[in-house]
Amino acid sequence: MTALLPVAVLLSSLIPAIATFFLDQQSYRLRNTLSLGGSVLKLALIVAMLLAVAGGAAYEARLSLVPGLYILLRLDAVALLFLSLSAVLWLLTNVYAIAYFGTKPELSRFFGFFSLCVAATTGLAMSGTLISFLIFFELLTLSTWPLVAHKQDRPSLAAARRYLFYALPASAALLIAVIWLESATGPVVFEDGADFGDLSENSQRAIFALFILGVGVKAALVPLHGWLPAAMAAPAPVSALLHAVAVVKAGAFGVIRVIYDVFGPERVAALGVGVPLAVVASVTILWGSIRALQQDEIKKRLAFSTVSQVSYIVLAAALASPAALVGGLAHLVHQGLMKITLFFCAGIYDERAGVKRIDGLDGMGRRMPWTSVAFSVGALGMIGLPPLAGFVSKLYLGLGGLEAGAPWVLAVLAGSTLLNAAYFMPLLYRLWIAPGADAAGDERAPGLVVPAAVTALASLAVGVLAASALSPLGWADLIVERGYLR
Amino acid sequence: MSALVFLLALPLVAALAALVAPRGAPALTLISAAAGVGAALRLAQTVAQGGVQEIALAGWAPPLGITVAADGLAVAFLLMTALVMLAVALAARAELAPERAGARVAFGFWPIALLLWGSLNAVFLSRDLFNLYVGIELLTLAAVALVALSGKAGALVAAMRYMIFALAGSLLYLLGVVLVYGAHGTLDVGLLADRTVADPDALALALMTAGLAAKTALFPFHVWLPPAHAGAPAPASAMLSGLVPKASFVILIRLWFEAMPDQAGSGALLLLGLMGAAAVIWGSLRALSQPRLKLIVAYSTVAQLGYMFLIFPLAGGDGAAQPWAAGAWTGGMFQALSHGLAKAAMFLCAGLWIIAAGGDRLADLRGLARPMPMTAMAFGLAAVTLMGLPPSGGFTAKYLMMTAAFASGQWGWALVLAGGGLLAAAYLYRPMAEVFARDCPITPQPIPRAWQLVPLALAVAAIMLGLISAPPFDLLQVGRPEAAEEGL
Repeated sequence: MTALLPVAVLLSSLIPAIATFFLDQQSYRLRNTLSLGGSVLKLALIVAMLLAVAGGAAYEARLSLVPGLYILLRLDAVALLFLSLSAVLWLLTNVYAIAYFGTKPELSRFFGFFSLCVAATTGLAMSGTLISFLIFFELLTLSTWPLVAHKQDRPSLAAARRYLFYALPASAALLIAVIWLESATGPVVFEDGADFGDLSENSQRAIFALFILGVGVKAALVPLHGWLPAAMAAPAPVSALLHAVAVVKAGAFGVIRVIYDVFGPERVAALGVGVPLAVVASVTILWGSIRALQQDEIKKRLAFSTVSQVSYIVLAAALASPAALVGGLAHLVHQGLMKITLFFCAGIYDERAGVKRIDGLDGMGRRMPWTSVAFSVGALGMIGLPPLAGFVSKLYLGLGGLEAGAPWVLAVLAGSTLLNAAYFMPLLYRLWIAPGADAAGDERAPGLVVPAAVTALASLAVGVLAASALSPLGWADLIVERGYLR
Repeated sequence: MSALVFLLALPLVAALAALVAPRGAPALTLISAAAGVGAALRLAQTVAQGGVQEIALAGWAPPLGITVAADGLAVAFLLMTALVMLAVALAARAELAPERAGARVAFGFWPIALLLWGSLNAVFLSRDLFNLYVGIELLTLAAVALVALSGKAGALVAAMRYMIFALAGSLLYLLGVVLVYGAHGTLDVGLLADRTVADPDALALALMTAGLAAKTALFPFHVWLPPAHAGAPAPASAMLSGLVPKASFVILIRLWFEAMPDQAGSGALLLLGLMGAAAVIWGSLRALSQPRLKLIVAYSTVAQLGYMFLIFPLAGGDGAAQPWAAGAWTGGMFQALSHGLAKAAMFLCAGLWIIAAGGDRLADLRGLARPMPMTAMAFGLAAVTLMGLPPSGGFTAKYLMMTAAFASGQWGWALVLAGGGLLAAAYLYRPMAEVFARDCPITPQPIPRAWQLVPLALAVAAIMLGLISAPPFDLLQVGRPEAAEEGL
């Protein structure tokens, strides 16, 4: 039973993915049943395990490949944090995507790769060894490419090409890092960390740099972020999932795994590589926000905002103090909920009102109140207005900076908050206050609006109920307390 | 045991039958290939459980008689070959029907293909240098005939060039064999391993290696390969690119790792490795600038064959943390096997696209993913293997070789492996991007789904080689030469 559960969680996305590829375009009902059925089943499995894992249980499954190479799926508290996020958002995005695409062409391909992408994320979350992580990380790269290219027009194909142009060299760096390390230390199991033995300090630094290069592209660390704003050419549900959970989070999650489960925070500190990473993360936070300010398109502005926000997690991981890590892990979920809300809404404005640019939002709050309320909740959360989700993350991150003896983090956070306000407030002003005489648009699309409303509510709830044990913050606390900071 | 004899005899008997009854040849080939897969699976099971299976022909043991033997390596190649033959038989039944390809191709193809299969099996199973010579000669003749089959001017020129390289290679090999026989009075691989080293050995090995390298299209002897492989009909190209170079490679492995590991000097190993690395880089760069799909895929073969030669300097590179031995050697075998499956899949995809669009210029392929999604998927999966991305057989190969490179401190080869993967992504991206374009300027010929399933099945098999890699790994270890573990 304990070995079956992780496999079942993985298969709940993988089987729908493979089956969907073979469906005809016309099999709407069967395709939707597969996608929605898979996501409901997955959510049920995860909920069933939450309490057991909170009580200290861990589930393991292992698939042996050639000697020294095996896939280990392990469901522990950290995995479950990421997994719950991806399961909830997969279900909601499925509902949204079904409504968004309607009867557009190539749906079997889309939903097949969509489920495959989630399967890769699931495997990534549960990976118990470095090699398993690498395998699912690459699977994620490959399954995302057709999603970015989905519209098959010139900008989409260019964006998809750019994505691979960044992602594949990063894969090579990651592969070299993994094999270099493992050829010296033997297979690395996350639970035990790596035994570096006789690797010289400089080799260790080089391996760390290769690792960060490998996962940093997905986490969109400046200057490796160029693919992310370009990937905006993808359809709205893809952008939503990409920015909230699948790709960028895989990168941030990878940073956490590398620092805490491969190197260990003490070794990172001893090698002196934590502070440079924190600086890169801080630069990314500020640079992403500044670039967001300069964008006229809604999705572009949101994309640069993602560049900035994901690096909160990287910063937290690099600081390696308990409070910072709690904040970072919680932000993994918080940012996901807020950003997916914003992208859902951006998609609705585009689909129902034809609005892509920020100056088209004038007066939209009265035309499309549900969408606009959801958007505002997401935006205010991003700015960090108490008691919304973003505030909680920033609070812990700031405390963590002080704990780690890096008070300059407060300045980064303050600057970022000001910039966040500077690029989100004009949108809110246009939505609610600016006169917009004859803006067209309606919200008669429950399949689009309900998911947005649900994620907006959820991002409210995780902030307000942050003190509860099963909130993301409570869960992050549990992870850290359980000795994640060895 | 009987499966071994069956695999040797079946293709040759079927080839004769195909000559006698040409109308029944497609069905006969199909049935033979299916039976061949069954026999190879059965033999694999026997070898996995009972170790190496050896038969002394007519009951005479070497040095008087000659033996054929099935070890893990031989069985793995037999099985891969049978799978590819099955796919090729299915594809050729549809693509090379007389009304589509003309009578000459339609009737000429089957007996030659069966002969080619038979000579491949003979090479994989033989343990005698002269037997191996006969096998590889037959193989060469069949392969040249396949290249020339269409009768077009370009194909004839390519076939001629191929023949010149192959015959020169045969001569060199035969010269080496003569030297070995003169010095030791035997040609049996097993007996040669225990010989007293003699003066002409180094020269003999060098001659045989040069000859076989020319037949394997190792850089810089590769110039015959792209026009030959690209000029043949697609099902023939699948065999030529996926299977034929593997035969001469297997003989090289038998020579270096089994018969004469004592002759391996570090300079010679380095040279073989460097030629392999040059093949990876040069083949990929040339593939990047080709205007036609089949040429891209053919140059990719030049590059992919290069990886296999990296095992000469890498084999046996052990480190304290390495929980297995013979990683690089096994990696090279994984590379040969997964490339065979994936490359055959790619050429079969190309064949379907050529029927649908009427040509294989990249512009012709524009937008074909929409009418033929399964073919596009098959091409994509095969590309994943060639790039060496997980979870595929190509990744397993790359992982094993790269680990050996780092464990033995030879980083340079690891960079070649990583860089080759990126180059493969670059040259395979060009056809992929065309196929995935939205607009399809032509109205393509409809292709039945069943036809598209054939390359898809091969590509999935190449992926499975990575996903279920433990059984093939264990199989390859049966009868593995000691030098694979200790290094040359």
